[in-house]
Amino acid sequence: MSDVTLGPTGAVPPAEVEDVELYHPHSWVTKYVFSQDAKVIAIQYSMTALSIGLVALVLSWLIRLQLGFPGILSFMDASAYYQFVTMHGMIMVVYLLTALFLGGFGNYLIPLMVGARDMVFPYANMLSYWIYLLAVLVLVSSFFAPGGPTGAGWTLYPPQAILSGTPGQESGIVLMLISLILFIIGFTMGGLNYVVTVLQGRARGMTLMRMPLTVWGIVTATVMALLAFPALLVGAVMMLFDKLLGTSFFMPSLLDMGQQLEYGGGSPILFQHLFWFFGHPEVYIVALPAFGIVSDLISTHARRNIFGYRMMVWAIVGIGALSFVVWAHHMYVSGMNPQFGFFFATTTLIIAVPTAIKVYNWVLTLWRGDIHLNVPMLFALGFIVTFVNGGLTGLFLGNVVVDVPLSDTLFVVAHFHMVMGVAPILVIFGAIYHWYPKITGRMFNSTLGKFHFWVTFLGAYAIFFPMHYLGLLGLPRRYFELTDVGFMPASAQSLNAFMTIAALLVGATQLVFVANMIWSLFRGPAAGGNPWRATTLEWQTPETPPPHGNWGRDLPVVYRWAYDYSVPGADQDFIAQNDPAPHVSAHGH
Amino acid sequence: MSIIILFLAAILSAVGWWFWRQGIGSKPWLHVGVLAGSPGANAPVVPAAKTGLGVFLVVAGCLFALVVSAYSMRMQMGDWWPMPVPGILWVNTGILVMSSVALGWARVSCRNGAVERMRVGLISAFLFALVFLAGQVAAWRELAAAGYTLSSNPANSFFYLITGAHGLHVLGGLFALGRTTEAGLSTPAARGTRDLLLRIDLCDIYWHFLLLVWLILLALLAGWAGEFMVICRQLLT
Repeated sequence: MSDVTLGPTGAVPPAEVEDVELYHPHSWVTKYVFSQDAKVIAIQYSMTALSIGLVALVLSWLIRLQLGFPGILSFMDASAYYQFVTMHGMIMVVYLLTALFLGGFGNYLIPLMVGARDMVFPYANMLSYWIYLLAVLVLVSSFFAPGGPTGAGWTLYPPQAILSGTPGQESGIVLMLISLILFIIGFTMGGLNYVVTVLQGRARGMTLMRMPLTVWGIVTATVMALLAFPALLVGAVMMLFDKLLGTSFFMPSLLDMGQQLEYGGGSPILFQHLFWFFGHPEVYIVALPAFGIVSDLISTHARRNIFGYRMMVWAIVGIGALSFVVWAHHMYVSGMNPQFGFFFATTTLIIAVPTAIKVYNWVLTLWRGDIHLNVPMLFALGFIVTFVNGGLTGLFLGNVVVDVPLSDTLFVVAHFHMVMGVAPILVIFGAIYHWYPKITGRMFNSTLGKFHFWVTFLGAYAIFFPMHYLGLLGLPRRYFELTDVGFMPASAQSLNAFMTIAALLVGATQLVFVANMIWSLFRGPAAGGNPWRATTLEWQTPETPPPHGNWGRDLPVVYRWAYDYSVPGADQDFIAQNDPAPHVSAHGH
Repeated sequence: MSIIILFLAAILSAVGWWFWRQGIGSKPWLHVGVLAGSPGANAPVVPAAKTGLGVFLVVAGCLFALVVSAYSMRMQMGDWWPMPVPGILWVNTGILVMSSVALGWARVSCRNGAVERMRVGLISAFLFALVFLAGQVAAWRELAAAGYTLSSNPANSFFYLITGAHGLHVLGGLFALGRTTEAGLSTPAARGTRDLLLRIDLCDIYWHFLLLVWLILLALLAGWAGEFMVICRQLLT
């Protein structure tokens, strides 16, 4: 489609899309509990995700205490350790990060940023949240089930996941699989909403290339999740069949305690393919929204248009597509054909190209920018550094010859915690601080926010930097305890103890964040509609916090892209997307 | 896994082509004003429900492509004993075709305002689909009685999984079709409304999707797909 520049005075085309008939809530329950307003659903999603995330945080403390000071916890045995490791991983990846980025930020920001009144299917959107909540409750219930939650590791590899000897084999694994199936069904309902809203709910003038990168990141991640989660669904259903109905999709012939089991003929590798066909895109499902949000945070707080917007969009889409053909780099040690290994190593390293483009563009956006070190900006800068660190170790692990000796060591744990643990969580904090004034109408306490940032940022490095070294020493992951092994110097244990203390401190500091959010909700100074002087539509709503329907009587009309910061000759250092402002030329930069 | 990769490649190239048409190559910082290419300008307006269904079909298609991928991966191992395909499946296939045809007829009738014929089409589509499901259950019972139970062999497990997954999708469709039929019956004879037409349209699209998926699955279960893949492999090498 050719670009037709109508100029600022060009006629606004008539609205061919009818204004949506909104659902009108009649009671407190339909307004705040069973709400169909995307913003309320977003807050419900976020609160649930953060609550279950706190559970995972406590689990990580328990894991670290066992590693740093073996035997200090009386209730910690090998089974409990595996259960905590499994639940920590699964909760963090699926129930916190995925749910918070897509269900939380997706719901809040997509309609506001594209200038819609709400999601296109509000009812399905509401169902999406309640099914997600049910999935979380099923997951939590496995802590109280006989035998406890599953301890199969977050990858749930068969055959061990459903065999005796693995903790939670009785009912924990069944509840885990059911919870995942529910999560996927719930997510699909939400995901359809996010995609169709971006396709059809945009305000007049909002072309695809005028959307903020946040929307690009979230919607690309949603498309990926819609295509990748079915693989987990298929794997979970098949494993449930194996466990409950005695089929042998993944179960080879086995001897268990000297007894021949009924199973026979299944392929455990098949599960690994299905799992990682979901599992690798999952990494980018978490990373792409973070990429998008960080671009907007940097641009806004450096008062500079994002460098290489087109390239940023292409990189997001390119990373999304490429991430579907790299899954087997998680399976180098599964005994697969080495030629496949070569193919997957190549595709894996190719992903570094668009990713590096994004990093360069962030740095070039900062270059000679008017950088305001606000709390959201600190988190965004922290993300860039952390993501580069984690990404570089990814280049190591992407190569077969380097990966094989490092497989299942703490080096891998350190790598993925940096790149998809700490980095996206820094963005989540940055984003919460950035949009908090819009969501609540009040400003948080900046000093506490900065304290929260520095302890979290430095503390995360204190935990995970030494972990790389321990991994290089050959310390394996998922070991309940290592007593006297020859290759491990005594200093390694001191390092483990140091990391544990850092982890306890970082975890406790998150209470400062929670306290800041709650206190500011009631006592924070009024923030006004656009405290960061940002260009994107969500800051231009007539009321703050925006009410149901977002825009009052008239939908916004979009005249420009999302990054008109510091335009030469303009009155202010930003021009809002819905500002027709005929007094400046946009060609100056 | 090559099947799912092919499926995704097709989807992603369609998405990429559409992105290109939407001006993903343009330089947004150069243009100020209300641009062409935004919703409502120049583009035919597709109802959101239809777009939503389209996206859902891609997701469901992905699910089936993955099951087929898993099936073909397992099939290549040495100890594969395929199941016999019971004759009743061919009857069921015919019935599913009839259901699709009836629904297509209901849609055309609705568009032409022939409300009576539309009702006949809707009801018969619904009944045909019910008979299809009953036929699938009969096929299961027939196989189970002959000793081909769910857990006796991986090929059997896949057979039940695949037919079961398809059956569940038909069941979900029946729920939507049932409500649409109800709306069709309660519409006053004079007005085949735009809303009703859209609902029938959506059911019709979904029904054709289910039929297409079923034909592919049947070809796979009957073993034709295996021969087809052998030919493809020979062409490639």
